[in-house]
Amino acid sequence: MNMPAEHLNKKLFDDDIEQVPNRDGFGEGLRKAAERDKRVVALCGDLTESTRMSVFLEAFPERFVQVGVAEQSMASVASGMAAMGKIPFMASYAMFSPGRNWEQIRTTICYNNANVKLVGSHAGVSVGPDGATHQALEDIALTRVLPNMTVVVPCDSIEAKKTTLAAAQHVGPLYIRLAREQTPVITTEDSPFEIGKVQIYLSPESGEKKLGIIACGTILHNALLAGKKLNDEGVGVSVMNLATIKPLDEEAILAFAKAHQVIVTVEEHQIAGGMGSAITELLSEKHPMRVVRVGVRDQFGQSGEPQELIKHYGMDADSIYEAAKKLI
Amino acid sequence: MQYLSDEEVLALEKKANEIRQSVIEMLIAAGSGHTAGPLDMADVFTLLYFHVLHHRPNEPLWPDRDRLILSNGHICPVLYATLAHSGYFPKEELMTLRKFGTRLQGHPHREALPGLETTSGPLGSGLSQALGMALAERMENPYSSKYFYCLTGDGELDEGQIWEAFMHAGKEQLHNLIVIIDRNGIQIDGYTTDVMPLEPLAEKLSAFNWDVQEVDGHNFQMLNDAIGKAQAVYSQPSVIIAHTIPSRGVDVFERDFRWHGNPPGKGPEDRVKRDEQGEVALRKLRTLAGHITAPEHS
Repeated sequence: MNMPAEHLNKKLFDDDIEQVPNRDGFGEGLRKAAERDKRVVALCGDLTESTRMSVFLEAFPERFVQVGVAEQSMASVASGMAAMGKIPFMASYAMFSPGRNWEQIRTTICYNNANVKLVGSHAGVSVGPDGATHQALEDIALTRVLPNMTVVVPCDSIEAKKTTLAAAQHVGPLYIRLAREQTPVITTEDSPFEIGKVQIYLSPESGEKKLGIIACGTILHNALLAGKKLNDEGVGVSVMNLATIKPLDEEAILAFAKAHQVIVTVEEHQIAGGMGSAITELLSEKHPMRVVRVGVRDQFGQSGEPQELIKHYGMDADSIYEAAKKLI
Repeated sequence: MQYLSDEEVLALEKKANEIRQSVIEMLIAAGSGHTAGPLDMADVFTLLYFHVLHHRPNEPLWPDRDRLILSNGHICPVLYATLAHSGYFPKEELMTLRKFGTRLQGHPHREALPGLETTSGPLGSGLSQALGMALAERMENPYSSKYFYCLTGDGELDEGQIWEAFMHAGKEQLHNLIVIIDRNGIQIDGYTTDVMPLEPLAEKLSAFNWDVQEVDGHNFQMLNDAIGKAQAVYSQPSVIIAHTIPSRGVDVFERDFRWHGNPPGKGPEDRVKRDEQGEVALRKLRTLAGHITAPEHS
């Protein structure tokens, strides 16, 4: 279960760790997926460059559909293409897809069980200066309640690439949540990845395991920094990367929970309805224990620099450290 | 498009009448559901399934079939009845409409029943799906002879999404996409002209770069000619505005918007008492006392 150190970025805890937006990994992954399978097609709602679908467009212009600023129609067009045997990837900002077009996703993609891959970029407050209208903090909640849907939140560009390649082979509706900002490259090409499987990236070197942190998305790096600091103080912290929020890797999460006294969830999302909620739902039914959720607390975001906002909403490494410290 | 002989028109009119009878029987058994649309679209459905479409009822997933995408899912009783009369499933099953465990869901669910190309009910999304299918087909095979027929209501045109799709299909010049609009002039809350006026509809669609025709939606010969013309248009998608009479075939229900969302037995009482509505409708259809031009059955 423990991730050997050589499978993660050697500079994981260094200040000069390489920073790449995870949407870059999606762009590269989609091009590769399309090279491997000619059924892969792409649809975009006038955000080709910023969702990195431009990489696909350059390589496969004949398999690209420019839908215009029409996210609702895009979802159903993708469903129609899937009905004819294509594997459509449709991209926009998470605020507009699945934000604007949720019912079309529910009825024409999920209820139809259409083989469509949804890509919501620019999720979270780390979108920055664009402000609250463009900072999706509800998309995990919106997608994980839909039958037939799989929900994956990659932690970095390399995991985003692996997610995209795996999504093309996965049969059924699947949502990939991406971020705008450059974020640390946590994993390496060798890091194990499988849709539906968790990975543990940090464990106490010795002694009792007290605190288990479960994080998803690019904010995982802050959770790892907080966990390391606590471990250096001898607290006994493990950190799990929960990339697949639906379906949950229940067995592994329950084993992780049972090995710790308290669980802290960390996500760049509303604490209501998101990953932390999924964990509390599981644990309250199968292993009741204390769970503390770190995330946005029933508020909208605002304009600012990404790191300022992450700190303001209590999701930077220091805030996670303080939240965890109180529980010890 | 094959020319229709007088004998064929007569046979289609009789078939449409049988389908209307099934629709009424289904709605009576279900005790809920929509009446006006299913009755007024029976002629269009009959023409499509018994003359126009390339399809194999005993092989519903035949890859080379034409696709019929019903966008206004609430008129599904006429789709179900036509599928059963075509041989997709036993006609007896029609009486399970809307009941627990049925394959005939209140609004169509693709995975439930053979012959359904999509799930629909929430309005305005069928055209986008049909356009996605037509686009995927052209991508795969530019010389394909498959057609994608999308049926919509007129009240449904209030939805923003359907205009996104009209705009997009115009851009893509999808010649293999043919839309038939049920222009019956009614929706749940009233006449379309009161709820949300659509006119000038033909001009709007034309401005979205579609080939537009307007026909009498109960005239098989005109409908057939219009579909033939639509198939011949190569540089644009085609839309046929089929003017229909709501509840066509049961004169005492016709033209009243209150029949949009009620089954016989629960409709307005001005012309027929509730407890007689089902019986009266079936009697009129069985004796061809509505507007059917075919001679009475002996």
